[in-house]
Amino acid sequence: MSHPYQALIMERHKHPLHAGRPAQFDAQGQVANLICGDKVRVYVTRAGMDVHYEAEGCAIVNASADLMADAVAGKTPAQVEQISRDFETLVTSGHENPALGELNALAGIAEFSSRIRCATLPWSALAEALHHV
Amino acid sequence: MSVTLQKFDVATIREDFPILKQQVHGKKLVFLDSAASAQKPRAVIDAMTFVMESQYANVHRGLHYMSEKTSDAYEAVRDKVADFINAASRDEIVFTRNATESINLVAYTYGRAVLQPGDAVAVSEMEHHANLVPWQMLRDAHGTELRIIKITDAGEIDFESLEQVFADGKVKLLAITQMSNVLGSYTPVERLAKFAHERGARILIDGCQAIVHRQVDVQAIDADFYAFSGHKLYGPTGVGVLYAKKELLEEMPPFMGGGEMIASVSYEKSAFARPPFRFEAGTPAIIETIGLGAAIDYVQGIGFDAIAAHERALTEHALATLSNIGGVSILGHAQDRGGVISFTMHNAHAHDIATLLDRQGIAVRAGHHCAEPLMGRMGVTSTARASFGMYTTAEEIDALAAGLNRIRQIFE
Repeated sequence: MSHPYQALIMERHKHPLHAGRPAQFDAQGQVANLICGDKVRVYVTRAGMDVHYEAEGCAIVNASADLMADAVAGKTPAQVEQISRDFETLVTSGHENPALGELNALAGIAEFSSRIRCATLPWSALAEALHHV
Repeated sequence: MSVTLQKFDVATIREDFPILKQQVHGKKLVFLDSAASAQKPRAVIDAMTFVMESQYANVHRGLHYMSEKTSDAYEAVRDKVADFINAASRDEIVFTRNATESINLVAYTYGRAVLQPGDAVAVSEMEHHANLVPWQMLRDAHGTELRIIKITDAGEIDFESLEQVFADGKVKLLAITQMSNVLGSYTPVERLAKFAHERGARILIDGCQAIVHRQVDVQAIDADFYAFSGHKLYGPTGVGVLYAKKELLEEMPPFMGGGEMIASVSYEKSAFARPPFRFEAGTPAIIETIGLGAAIDYVQGIGFDAIAAHERALTEHALATLSNIGGVSILGHAQDRGGVISFTMHNAHAHDIATLLDRQGIAVRAGHHCAEPLMGRMGVTSTARASFGMYTTAEEIDALAAGLNRIRQIFE
């Protein structure tokens, strides 16, 4: 099983590609983890499913949000829903899924049940945003 | 680097705690989370096993051998606890589930029967939720006021704020911790009790953390109420203690109704038992209470002089070691502090620290430590916390420091 703090996770935590509030967006969604106070706000631009986010959280939250933005780019809402379900299976089972590409970097979190929510938090915020699209 | 600990053989102590031989993720367990709950010595485990294997029945009701023997063993712990905290009488010891229940018992009974709407309860900024939420609930249900006493940036009680909170004479109860579960600060409880009493208020002390580390004398403190849990004192979960002065218990109505707490019952009404039984409805935690008795014997056998000296040396070593790690900030720097150290690390979230330390076999707590308002007061959202027990070693502190240095490299 992959280490939950492998290079890709730390790289996206330190140097995110999609962090920050875009000038224009169609919808946003925010979710907080009541246990630790971590927050993620996701901004969605409908055309091309362009996703950005602002996160106040741990390395897992930040990296998961950034990798999520990559994974859903250009997808339809139905495809996003499918990836989200597959991702949840990945982080709860620890079994890598070739279809999920770089998201597999987060498989190792399955070993730490109290941290799984960190990985899924951005996905909940995205679902919330898509609900408003 | 290691420190010399005098007259205290930690290696021998560790032999008494079977769990400390466990491995976690293939590494030696370094348990630095005793402030959440302490590990149990063999003496406690054996005492509880003995009850279940050889001497068990319900207490206070059977007229047979096993019940009488078990009642004797159970009630002997009440004497033991009274002696342990130097209560004037065994009747001042009420067994509860834990300190949280002890404080709630006071809020529900004394709070509603003796405190009047318009009276104020004062707590400090560094209370555990257990000593904040019951007073908020009392405020909302009964119309008492809740006032907050400020702490200094060092993590000590701000006496100027204390004076202000008490200035109009409305405060009738000061409910305060003896040791912060986040900052490790001790509060000067003797001085606070004197202060409250001079102003016509009672004092309730949350002794959950402090009683594990130093000798407590409720009469010397002149505490009106003193609450603690068994499980932090190397005893089992499920048993706690409320000490209260006899005259206060006498005027308090029951907390819960049921068996054990009555003198007589008819379909129309009931007469309640005298304290402490009035506050102990239902079958108590018999096995756990007997386990608590064994824990008190164990702690007293080692002695608080030795325990405190060991933990003082550990805390000094830990403060010096951790503050030397680049990017680590320790919360609070009270003059009188014990083996509870909360810290943050530049760039690394507390949960990342806890998970990465866990991979190395090191158990620390991360989060808001049931003290969310205090996190805001100290300007953080969460911290990592290392806390020590009598079995903690200087080598374990060094392992923590090495772990944090590795994390620093990952997050740099």
